[in-house]
Amino acid sequence: MAGAASWSFNENDFKQIQTHLQAFLRDSNARCALLVDRNGQLVATVGETPQFDPTAFASLTAADFSANDQLAKMIGEAEFASLVHQGERESMYLADVAKRVILVVLFDQRATLGLVKIKAKGVVENLNKVFEEMFNRVGAGPSQEKGLLEGAEDEIDKLFG
Amino acid sequence: MSMINYASREINCKLVYYGPGLGGKTTNLEHIYGKVSPNTRGKMISLATETERTLFFDFLPVDLGTIRGFKTRFHLYTVPGQVYYNASRKLILKGVDGIVFVADSQIERMEANVESMQNLYDNMSEYGYDLTKIPFVIQYNKRDLPNAAPIKDLQAALNPGWPVEDLAQQKLTPDPAHPGENLTDKVGNEWVGHAPYHEAVAVRGDGVFDTLKAVSKLVLKTLA
Repeated sequence: MAGAASWSFNENDFKQIQTHLQAFLRDSNARCALLVDRNGQLVATVGETPQFDPTAFASLTAADFSANDQLAKMIGEAEFASLVHQGERESMYLADVAKRVILVVLFDQRATLGLVKIKAKGVVENLNKVFEEMFNRVGAGPSQEKGLLEGAEDEIDKLFG
Repeated sequence: MSMINYASREINCKLVYYGPGLGGKTTNLEHIYGKVSPNTRGKMISLATETERTLFFDFLPVDLGTIRGFKTRFHLYTVPGQVYYNASRKLILKGVDGIVFVADSQIERMEANVESMQNLYDNMSEYGYDLTKIPFVIQYNKRDLPNAAPIKDLQAALNPGWPVEDLAQQKLTPDPAHPGENLTDKVGNEWVGHAPYHEAVAVRGDGVFDTLKAVSKLVLKTLA
């Protein structure tokens, strides 16, 4: 295997993800939901626009989740499927989606952790389906997007002068 | 693992700067951060100890331009170089698209370089990645120091070459950065491949962008 498999998602996937997340935010009263892939790339943001740098946030989320994954293994757990970071005013809840993506929910006093947890369970199930379909379509190996930049060698050369 | 977002028309790729402790990985990122226009880069995140040694990673996102209408966004990571941080180092390698190995040219650091390179091969193979098949560039840093080892010695120790078995790749490939040298060469009856290398003085910025360009170009070409 040359490297890790790539994946891609189209407008339709994006709409489905947004619909599920918007419904979740309505039901849970949370402020914002982000989807971050396990490698630290931001996939989607729904709800209030975060006041922080979302790219940096995504990379830290992935590192946080990966580190906790290893800690789980060390104490004999297969994984921690969800994590909670509770602050005085702002809190976050993180949950695994399809083993490849992390759902991050940001909420304040207007929502309760219990409600966020219950509602997150449902949205995670729905997102699992969306992502599994996406991965099945693309296949596990080097995938269709392999041809995306086909014939673009000249453009790549030009980009780097 | 590059991620292509057709909705926002972005290609996201992950580059990791690897190498022994105090070799200049963070310095590479700091130089890039300082030189790239703020419009094309994000915030630099450093998870470091009080003495500025990398504890978990440094992170810097940069946009390198647009190809076929897609923004090419590279996420640059460094790993903690010190031996005992291997667990966190391995986490950062997950899903990597391209690697820069920052070697410390000082003769005294030769052993640390070799150990770190071996560690890189081991960690990559645990993920099932083959370092000889993914974009990989070596940077020989600190070339300005009087105790810098000759490139020839560094190459022999860190980049001795791997057997090229793919018939399509068995052809003489000149190294564009070093006239007279080859990236793929025939030694006796064997075809041998080498990683491209660049010399650098990262504190001055020399060679930093050459290295970044070389590895990002290789990453984009894997999509071409």
